[in-house]
Amino acid sequence: MDKSLQVILQTFEGKKEEIIPILQNVQDAYSYIPERSMTDIALFTGVPESQVYGVATFYAQFRFTPRGKKHCMVCRGTACHVNGAPRILEEMEEALGIKQGETSEDLEYSLETVACIGACSLAPAIMVNDTVEAKLDPKKVRKLFGRVVANE
Amino acid sequence: MNDLIAYQQEAASVWEELNSNDMPLITVGNATCGRSAGSIDVVEAIQAETAEIGIDCNVIEVGCIGLCYLEPIVSIQKQGQPMVVFGNVTLKQVKKLVADYLVNDQIPPKLVIGTIGEEKIGDVPKLFELPVLKPQVRRALKRCGFIDPTSLEHYLANSGYSGLTRAFDVGPERIVEEVKLAGLRGRGGAGFPAWRKWTFCREAESDQKYLICNADEGDPGAFMNRSLIEGDPHALIEGMIITGYALGASVGYIYCRAEYPLALERLRLAIQQAEENGLLGVNILGSSFDFKIKIKEGAGAFVCGEETALIQSIEGERGMPTPRPPFPAVSGLWGKPTIINNVESLACVGLIMQNGAEWFAEYGTEKSKGTKTIALVGKVVNSGLVEVPMGISLRELIFDIGGGVPDGKKFKAVQTGGPSGGCVPEELLDIPVDYDSLNEVGTIMGSGGVVVMDESTCMVDFARYFLDFAEKESCGKCVPCRLGTKQMLTILEDIVEGRGKPEDIDLLEELGEAVMAGSLCGLGQTAPNPVLTTLRYFRDEYEAHIYEGKCPAKQCKEFITYHILDSCIGCGLCLRNCSSNAIIGEPKKLHWIEQELCHKCGVCYEVCPPKFFSVEIRTGELKEEPA
Ligand SMILES: Cc1cc2nc3c(=O)[nH]c(=O)nc-3n(C[C@H](O)[C@H](O)[C@H](O)COP(=O)(O)O)c2cc1C
Ligand code: FES
Repeated sequence: MDKSLQVILQTFEGKKEEIIPILQNVQDAYSYIPERSMTDIALFTGVPESQVYGVATFYAQFRFTPRGKKHCMVCRGTACHVNGAPRILEEMEEALGIKQGETSEDLEYSLETVACIGACSLAPAIMVNDTVEAKLDPKKVRKLFGRVVANE
Repeated sequence: MNDLIAYQQEAASVWEELNSNDMPLITVGNATCGRSAGSIDVVEAIQAETAEIGIDCNVIEVGCIGLCYLEPIVSIQKQGQPMVVFGNVTLKQVKKLVADYLVNDQIPPKLVIGTIGEEKIGDVPKLFELPVLKPQVRRALKRCGFIDPTSLEHYLANSGYSGLTRAFDVGPERIVEEVKLAGLRGRGGAGFPAWRKWTFCREAESDQKYLICNADEGDPGAFMNRSLIEGDPHALIEGMIITGYALGASVGYIYCRAEYPLALERLRLAIQQAEENGLLGVNILGSSFDFKIKIKEGAGAFVCGEETALIQSIEGERGMPTPRPPFPAVSGLWGKPTIINNVESLACVGLIMQNGAEWFAEYGTEKSKGTKTIALVGKVVNSGLVEVPMGISLRELIFDIGGGVPDGKKFKAVQTGGPSGGCVPEELLDIPVDYDSLNEVGTIMGSGGVVVMDESTCMVDFARYFLDFAEKESCGKCVPCRLGTKQMLTILEDIVEGRGKPEDIDLLEELGEAVMAGSLCGLGQTAPNPVLTTLRYFRDEYEAHIYEGKCPAKQCKEFITYHILDSCIGCGLCLRNCSSNAIIGEPKKLHWIEQELCHKCGVCYEVCPPKFFSVEIRTGELKEEPA
């Protein structure tokens, strides 16, 4: 078993109710859920692998491909939607050259949509890693990411 | 108990000292909204700037006072002066603010919002007299934005945990009685009377009972619970201990969404502080009552806000609802009697025990007592978190508190209750905001999300947006919800993409009724609401799409075309920004759009300088031939 997975599992007791917290820790460590880790979590908790897989795929938080160095999440919450989020997403896809749900080949960027990041009164908003960029318009997006395309 | 009273007294003197000593007190709003606007850097800059000038001051980070549209917000209290609140204090403004007000006693007029305190300074308005705050009654949010949420002392000094000591004095029966007298209805969605639910659980025989706080806040576009936790986490902890005591539960869970990292951090710290001070653990405050609180992080599933799905999720399963009965109050988490209450409901329990049932019921309507926190967002000038007495009209909420619709646009509709709620048109804006009145017009109070829309929002597309959400979030367990929402979404997509058929409207209504009647849980039972209410109040927009090939709001791409007007001077901005090379023209000459190539991204419309205003969006027009 992978060393860092071992370290994570050591902090748990192996109960079924711990599956979601374990998966969250694994994702924190690896930036995604490696397929192999689900086998180990199944052995550790005594829950069938299919069930671990079932849980992992049920929740939107879990991702099965690595994320980019700059992970961009475009809010698709109601406040952002009304204030122009669809246009922001379009502009992001154009600027980064990837579609939502994808990671760029050089692993620099990944792009996702999320339900709401809680900055609704400053909509539309996106989150790049842990930083919120709020009150966006297409122009600001181009400014934030415009250079990316130009340099490549 | 005596220890707590001693600590409360000590805390009160610390608080008094902080507010009255000769060092200026500077507070910076540092909740998620403040942080999004850059408040972390502002705090550092203030510290650096005052240190450089050599002014000793206390800088504390507080939660959100709800004026999110003015973040970053900085307040300064100098000795013997009222507190002055400043808004839009970006990094660039810090130097000026410190020099002008801290050093020279000059209030920068562009930044000041208002003062807090008895006295006035010049013609600066009092903060709570401003139109945005005057109609508000801040009770659950009273401490938010005024105390340091990481300080137990600040909470104690502001009547914190006095509700708990009184709860222990009067005992569980009396607590339930007071909550009943107060008329507290659940703040999480359905508005079920708290005392009644609790009574089922109290009457159930069991060696173990659980209390769960629902902090999943799944309504996208709502953030009341987040702000409350970020600004005043102990208010929730106190409410939970009291409720746990009233129920005879010894373990409490807080199910909080993982997308709220700051709220989670604040909760972890508050729990630790409560444990260290004998407020959580065994024999709380010397009584025989034991209670501990554990945190469970949600993993991004809207359906997990539903009680039985939430329980499944805590148990480590896929979050799929189970049929009721048995109700969780009788058989819930691991088969034990379990009460699930929303964050605000639990904070209200603390308020009721601190101030009494009569005080709580002072505000509100006959059947909806107290105040309600509301996230006011969308096309509204003063977007933020507000707390109003139940029964206030939607009009007051949107136009007096919210300041109306920005950019001179016209109000169109307001959506309450998130994906489970409905849209209310202008004609109905005078209805009171309470559980029953909102139900009557086809929407719900929900957890307090209020989204304002203006003339540029297409109601068909808005309904499609919510159905898309419901369809994605449907857990798939029951057929009406899984397939019904899918079919409804397909029809709505057809309509907004120009494939609408006359029979679609009836079909949508029929399907909507069926999904509501046949679904297993609240998600499916309410998912058609956004569609049914828009069909009820905005049917003409559906018809315009289907019969006339028009989108009245000029939003749906299939129905609009972009045109360059004669006022174009040929500056070339649109041409350079158009990514589909659809714009043709020579410098200083009239440009035009090659409709065949246009992807309708709207960039030309966005970049055309307002003084020329040369790009127009039209709907229902045939494609223009180039000249
Ligand atoms: C699909 C769905 C999502 C829900 N999401 C939430 C939520 O995010 N927060 C919440 O407090 N209640 C939510 N509820 C309502 C809860 O099921 C429950 O009624 C509430 O937490 C009870 O607390 P209260 O009585 O204090 O309001 C949701 C209900 C459904 C059907
Ligand atoms: S809706 Fe986008 S941050 Fe809440």
